[in-house]
Amino acid sequence: MTPRRKRLLAVLAIVAGVGAAAALAMLAFRDNLLYFYNPTQILAGDAPTGRTFRIGGMVTEGSVQRTPGSLEIRFVVTDYRSSIPVRYEGLLPDLFREGQGVVAHGRLGASGEFVADEVLAKHDENYMPPEVAESLHTPTPTRVSE
Amino acid sequence: MIPELGHFALILALLLSVAQSVFGLGGAARGNAAWLAAASSAVVGQFVFVAIAFGALTWAFVERDFSVLYVATNSHSELPLFFRIAAVWGAHEGSLLLWSLCLAGWTLAVTAASRSLEAPFRGRVLGILGIVSIGFQLFMLATSNPFARLIPAAPEGLDLNPLLQDFALAVHPPILYLGYVGFSVAFAFACATLIEGRLDAAWARWTRPWTLAAWSFLTIGIALGSWWAYYELGWGGWWFWDPVENASFMPWLAGTALIHCLAVTEKRGLFKSWTLLLSVAAFSLSLLGTFLVRSGVLISVHAFATDPARGAFILAFLAVVIGGALLLYAWRAPRLASSAAFEPTSRESFLLLNNAFLVAALSLILLGTLYPLFMDALELGKVTVGAPWFNLMFLVPMLPLVALLGVGMHAAWKRGMLGSMKARLWTAAACAIAGAILIGAAAYADLRPMTTIGFALALWVMLSSLLIPLARLRARQTLPAAVIGMVIAHFGVGLTTLGITGVQSFKVEKDFALAVGEAASIGGYEFRFAALRDARGPNFTGVEAEFTVSRAGEEIAVLRPQKRLYNSGGNPMTEAGIEVGPARDLFAALGDDLGQGRWSVRLQFKPLIRYIWLGAILIALGGAIAAVDRRYRLRAPAHAVGAVAPSAP
Amino acid sequence: MKLPLRFLVPALAFAVLVGFFVVGLSRDPGQIPSPLIGKPAPAFALESLGDPAWKVGSADFSGRPWLLNIWGSWCVGCRQEHDALMAIAGQGRVPMMGLNLWDDRARALRWLADLGNPYVSVAFDPEGRTAIDWGVYGAPETFLVDSAGRIVKKHIGPITLDIWEREFLPLLPVPEGGP
Repeated sequence: MTPRRKRLLAVLAIVAGVGAAAALAMLAFRDNLLYFYNPTQILAGDAPTGRTFRIGGMVTEGSVQRTPGSLEIRFVVTDYRSSIPVRYEGLLPDLFREGQGVVAHGRLGASGEFVADEVLAKHDENYMPPEVAESLHTPTPTRVSE
Repeated sequence: MIPELGHFALILALLLSVAQSVFGLGGAARGNAAWLAAASSAVVGQFVFVAIAFGALTWAFVERDFSVLYVATNSHSELPLFFRIAAVWGAHEGSLLLWSLCLAGWTLAVTAASRSLEAPFRGRVLGILGIVSIGFQLFMLATSNPFARLIPAAPEGLDLNPLLQDFALAVHPPILYLGYVGFSVAFAFACATLIEGRLDAAWARWTRPWTLAAWSFLTIGIALGSWWAYYELGWGGWWFWDPVENASFMPWLAGTALIHCLAVTEKRGLFKSWTLLLSVAAFSLSLLGTFLVRSGVLISVHAFATDPARGAFILAFLAVVIGGALLLYAWRAPRLASSAAFEPTSRESFLLLNNAFLVAALSLILLGTLYPLFMDALELGKVTVGAPWFNLMFLVPMLPLVALLGVGMHAAWKRGMLGSMKARLWTAAACAIAGAILIGAAAYADLRPMTTIGFALALWVMLSSLLIPLARLRARQTLPAAVIGMVIAHFGVGLTTLGITGVQSFKVEKDFALAVGEAASIGGYEFRFAALRDARGPNFTGVEAEFTVSRAGEEIAVLRPQKRLYNSGGNPMTEAGIEVGPARDLFAALGDDLGQGRWSVRLQFKPLIRYIWLGAILIALGGAIAAVDRRYRLRAPAHAVGAVAPSAP
Repeated sequence: MKLPLRFLVPALAFAVLVGFFVVGLSRDPGQIPSPLIGKPAPAFALESLGDPAWKVGSADFSGRPWLLNIWGSWCVGCRQEHDALMAIAGQGRVPMMGLNLWDDRARALRWLADLGNPYVSVAFDPEGRTAIDWGVYGAPETFLVDSAGRIVKKHIGPITLDIWEREFLPLLPVPEGGP
């Protein structure tokens, strides 16, 4: 095989490989992109019903309820405009507390309750998920007065 | 007083970095030997003053000087000495100072070890390293001053994040930074080569040991982070594809590709422009990682608390340094086309494939890491890319890479006739497959296709690596450091593959609600909740649970997970109880008091997980050994494209 | 000098990437310490909310630590943090000035009358010019200024007593004359 042909073959192989990889990547993306919604968006119906997504907000003070002796726990997530009840079974991360920010991963149940399969651990006590902070902090209006 | 001295030292360091850049690059361009000598002196000066600044900040922490804002926000009077020192790099400002210290250190090392390089080339290398130093020191002085004062001084500090009060995480940043920052040397060598328009490949030989050393540090740094996450943080997880983790993994992948293609460029003068591009890319990824972690553009549970204004500064710096290097590449690289023939089964071919697969993996991880940013910028929603995607995308190029690794190690340059090795390799392959089936069937009574493939590949690489010293000793050939290093590193890859396959295939993780006296079973092990008692430490209180673990009725371990409350307040912290064995880890973590005398606990069975990090240690060791091979010690300078003015007496 | 296009690809790809980063940075108002931490608090002198003839400003508390709370009657989170602000004011450790932002005077005064007034004084910043100097992106935000006039802490979003105790109190001087 001439060097030229070899190079052509190499290029074709690379293009085919890249194409296959890209197709595979895009396909896999669909199931693995996790969208984030705050409680207001969820109540407005923006969040998908059959798929897993992430919810974030503050844990409403006094809302944490445990079924005594069991791993099941219920709490309410709020963005100070709307609230969503969450149900979770399992160990909670250390940095989970009432009055602090939280992000949970799961699905919306039929009853409007969010069933979490994971409550995300944070690495800093003072950490507030950026999406949550944005909901709590109203940006200044761009017009002078109403 | 001392913090002000530190601040002043930092300013002097910045001035010396400017001098280093100006005299280095200018001296080379003008052929001025005095300037070039001045650049070397500036390097020493810069290192001294950055070290003084770092020392001043450390002193402020050790002496509990809460009149320094950074100390007040990251330390506490009851914090033990070791962690008071580790707190120096515990947050943004201090970690930047660490970055600068590492850079100054590498620059000093390059200056000291490269006296036999021609002066103009050396000057350019130092000049470029100087530009990077300027960026970091300016960033600190302008936006992130670690020496800012708090008046009046706080009576007590806010304490170092309890998560960081741990040995592994304390040493993780310095080692990681030595790695990240060390790629700047390859970057500088590449840029200097491009500026000079060199056509030869001597720079590849000079760059290789520095890159190997940096890469080894980075390997250990990443392994430490993973190990720490496992026992401290992730409830048994060891890798999460979190953007901050990816930020250190991507330079590692680029670095791995780089050390391999440097071999080809050095030996055969091939792939010159690709190697140069990769040298630029590895450090660019380090800088990119720094940006991602500190600017707030990416959603990560891991990121430093930072700031878009600071992000803008880093971005501008990135644009100048990386953009400049890439434009330099576009201008000069076309000259460097090399053409030498090589057979499809030659070593060059295998190393080309190595690079192709590593770059494919790197690109996919980069895509997954940046995708949320693209989506957000285009206002398409706030997303994160889940771990399963990354797992799949990483696996696909890695499988063929590991498989081919076993053969490529034995391929000869240019012609690539495997010759006598062929028979031995077939035997090794057969043994690997047999071994994989054996492990699956005997140890785990489970023969899944992916698991068997994983074990087979792991054993294949390990056996194939061992064939090299065996063959060489038999043929009475020498075993230079470079070869020993390669064998050890590749063996480590096999070991890591073994660990990953074992854990991902057979791990068991389950949450239980248990009262004292009750027991639960997973993976054939019974965990009995034996006792609950109070726990106490130098700066915390809490509870400790005692679990006795038995298998087939025989007690084999006692685990003592704790739940701690640090005196400085804040959320409780979990310390897992882990029992390490040659073939598995047993893991127990204490959750919360559930009422009715029950506690939530997470119990885990983690087969072969330690081999992941043991493999990584071997990989780093291999790199370090290869870096000190005699043939990399610089001797007579190679011929340069430009001439140098004779040095003044 | 011929420049084969493929060698420019990395530089161009990088330029596109930087473009995305610029957009990403500008879209993320941030939730964390500003570059003003450690720097002198920007000086201002504005009309008081209640009485336009009276001026309030950053010089009012020189020599002592003080708090600046950014709020508006339009701001949801401000309502949320109001109780905490009243409690903090009740402790009497540090004087708190309010900066009323992008608001209508009558509405703001009514808000304070309805809910209670935790502020020693309130500056009226209807067009947000002073707020911009302080790097304010919205409300609520709370700043702690030390006795040398430097900003030492910034909190974005509603403040709670817990945050006050854990993050602000440790930075204050011990009260004189004992507990």
